[in-house]
Amino acid sequence: MALTRRALLGGTAAAAVLGPAGCSGLTPGRDPGGTLDYWNLFGGGDGLRMTQMLDGYRSAHPGIDLSAVTLAWGNPYYTKLSLATLGDKPPDVGIAHLTRAKTLISAGLLEELKPADLARHGLDASNFSERPWQAGLVDGKAYAIPLDTHPFVMFYNTDICAKAGLLDSSGALQPIDSPEKFTEAMRKAKAVTKAYGGVVAIDNDVASPWRIFQSFYAQLQGQVLADEGRSVVLDDDKATRVLAFLQGLTRQGLLPGSIDYQGAIAVFANGQSGFYFQGEWEISTFQTAKMPFSMTLFPDVFGGGQYAVQADSHTLVIPRQPDRDQAGLDRSLAFIRSMLDQSDIWAEGGHVPAWVPFRDSAGYKAMTPQSNYASAVEGAAYDPEGWYSGSGSNFEIVMSAAIGSVLANRSSPAAALASMRSNLTSLARTASPV
Amino acid sequence: MTAETAVRRTGAAGTAEASPRPRGQGLPAAGFLTPFLLLYLLFILGPALYGLVMSFFDTSAVKSGLNGFAGLGNYAEALQSSDFWSSLWHTFWFTILTTPPLIVLALVFALLADRVRRGRWFFRLAFFVPYVLPSAVVALIWMWIYTPGLGLIEAALTKAGITAPNWLGDPGWAMPSLAITTLWWTLGFNFVLYLAGLQEIPRELYEASAMDGASPWQQIRSITIPMLGRTTTLVAVLQVIASLKVFDQMYIMTSGGPNYATRSILEYVYDSGFTNFRIGYASAVSMLFFVVVLAVSAIWFSLVRRGEKEL
Repeated sequence: MALTRRALLGGTAAAAVLGPAGCSGLTPGRDPGGTLDYWNLFGGGDGLRMTQMLDGYRSAHPGIDLSAVTLAWGNPYYTKLSLATLGDKPPDVGIAHLTRAKTLISAGLLEELKPADLARHGLDASNFSERPWQAGLVDGKAYAIPLDTHPFVMFYNTDICAKAGLLDSSGALQPIDSPEKFTEAMRKAKAVTKAYGGVVAIDNDVASPWRIFQSFYAQLQGQVLADEGRSVVLDDDKATRVLAFLQGLTRQGLLPGSIDYQGAIAVFANGQSGFYFQGEWEISTFQTAKMPFSMTLFPDVFGGGQYAVQADSHTLVIPRQPDRDQAGLDRSLAFIRSMLDQSDIWAEGGHVPAWVPFRDSAGYKAMTPQSNYASAVEGAAYDPEGWYSGSGSNFEIVMSAAIGSVLANRSSPAAALASMRSNLTSLARTASPV
Repeated sequence: MTAETAVRRTGAAGTAEASPRPRGQGLPAAGFLTPFLLLYLLFILGPALYGLVMSFFDTSAVKSGLNGFAGLGNYAEALQSSDFWSSLWHTFWFTILTTPPLIVLALVFALLADRVRRGRWFFRLAFFVPYVLPSAVVALIWMWIYTPGLGLIEAALTKAGITAPNWLGDPGWAMPSLAITTLWWTLGFNFVLYLAGLQEIPRELYEASAMDGASPWQQIRSITIPMLGRTTTLVAVLQVIASLKVFDQMYIMTSGGPNYATRSILEYVYDSGFTNFRIGYASAVSMLFFVVVLAVSAIWFSLVRRGEKEL
């Protein structure tokens, strides 16, 4: 009960501050009433923050009956969103990963967002971080409004790293910019924890193994797919280098070779490892655990000149509406604007905001450790394009399974590469259904 | 019991012993049958035929119409796809893992419960209650039980000094773990069928055999199990069909993972058709699976018919 009340009060406060500014672009008599259906895929800390933002919207727009639905992320969510849209019962607004929105767009399931409509709500391109905005365009047209960028990051336990001598005099982590330094940091942390140096989720995880692999592989400027997913261009040398490096870490016991998502969190939270590699959204988990930790950019270990890290963006989309009308569209766009105006709440959850008015504010710069890794946006390596690719997709499942078996020492890098290649080739050969 | 009668009738209809059809009832019969036939046409036969048509086209969920003609292309692709064969094998593997214990354990527990003098209602209830739970609830309970590090089983095994496997995370263990969950969940149905069957056996048989000095074990072997023959046939047929149709447990508990190790054929159809939008291909896979189920059922029925003749 306390939680709900706090969320509600917080939301009301946010609305009081942001409300007038948020709706400045609307015509007078702005709440003609009506309903708004919104679907999202946020659980955990993200879910709580989204609820807070929805409450903020509700108190600013009491005349609109907002109903929000949260579904399991990944394929189940996108399947439901697609089928509901095909069945002419789409939500008014939905969340889509930028990498998945591409497939929805080519399937004709999303409404194009015309510049004139966007401008009415202050949603011009100039108000968004360039990278996620550009990455979301198809033929120069906008369909998805980026809310954030969520890069893979490095969490570290400040106590353990201090004891291991990994911090500089100002308390910041010393640069880790080569495979040797990375291994050395893990070894030093392990000497302190007596268990592991770092941890990344492996078992039953359709994304984490891909995320850590892609972060390293993209630093070597490796590509997996080309030609919109119709050909597989895996670079054997680069991929083998990364896989062998990763396997070396688990083989030496610096990282556990068998651990699932929750287990990896527990190992880091219990101080059994000094480092934890995952998307920045897990920040809430460790804040709740009241442990000494900080976050920074995923290290540029292979330094191919250009910093790169696996990332994706949450975007707000308007699924194809069977009976589209101007009032409904404006209601949806105003809702999207309201979410962006509450970027401060969203950024607390670790995500790097895409909304420039907040991204460039002093408020965000003062938000640590969240702003430590804001520059990851420029190095964001999005999943390669393809109808079967994107966050939580078949592509990630296939890649994570092969990479996970290398991390778990169940197969050699060469065997994993062969399995990736054969699975990806069969996906690439399948004619796109969209 | 109605289902048992139905099985018996099907068996009898195949032989020449069927009694001549009563005359003059065609019209009322048609009247009674029409509502069912209409629904059957509308929701089963119609969609099935439409599915058959779609299986010859590259039908996409996101494009209107049938899309390009594929001929036997979808069938050829399925038969050459390792994903198709592995998910078909997973379905069979699940059926093999679940059917025998669900028959044997149901019988054993029914025999035990039947012998209890007091509080038989409690055992009936205890065994049947899980069957009433929705699959999502069962999945949640068992995901909690299987959780590595925190789960109920792991805690118990650790106390006993055994290292627990990663139940749902290890590709080799995931399917047996799902089978154990299913066993706990669905045993009650077969259990109740067996209990009913046990009550049909005339008590005099036991009294007479007791007079002749038969031990309880001899009674079970020579009276109970043979007299339960029809019930066993029914339980086995229903169980094989139910196990082949498995979907919910895997979809919720493992999403077919790890590394597709528990993806059943129905989940493969779902993934191909709804997640990947390839409705034409998914239809072809469904048709192939339909043929498989038809073949399994035909073999069963021929075995059952032979059994009925011997009785």
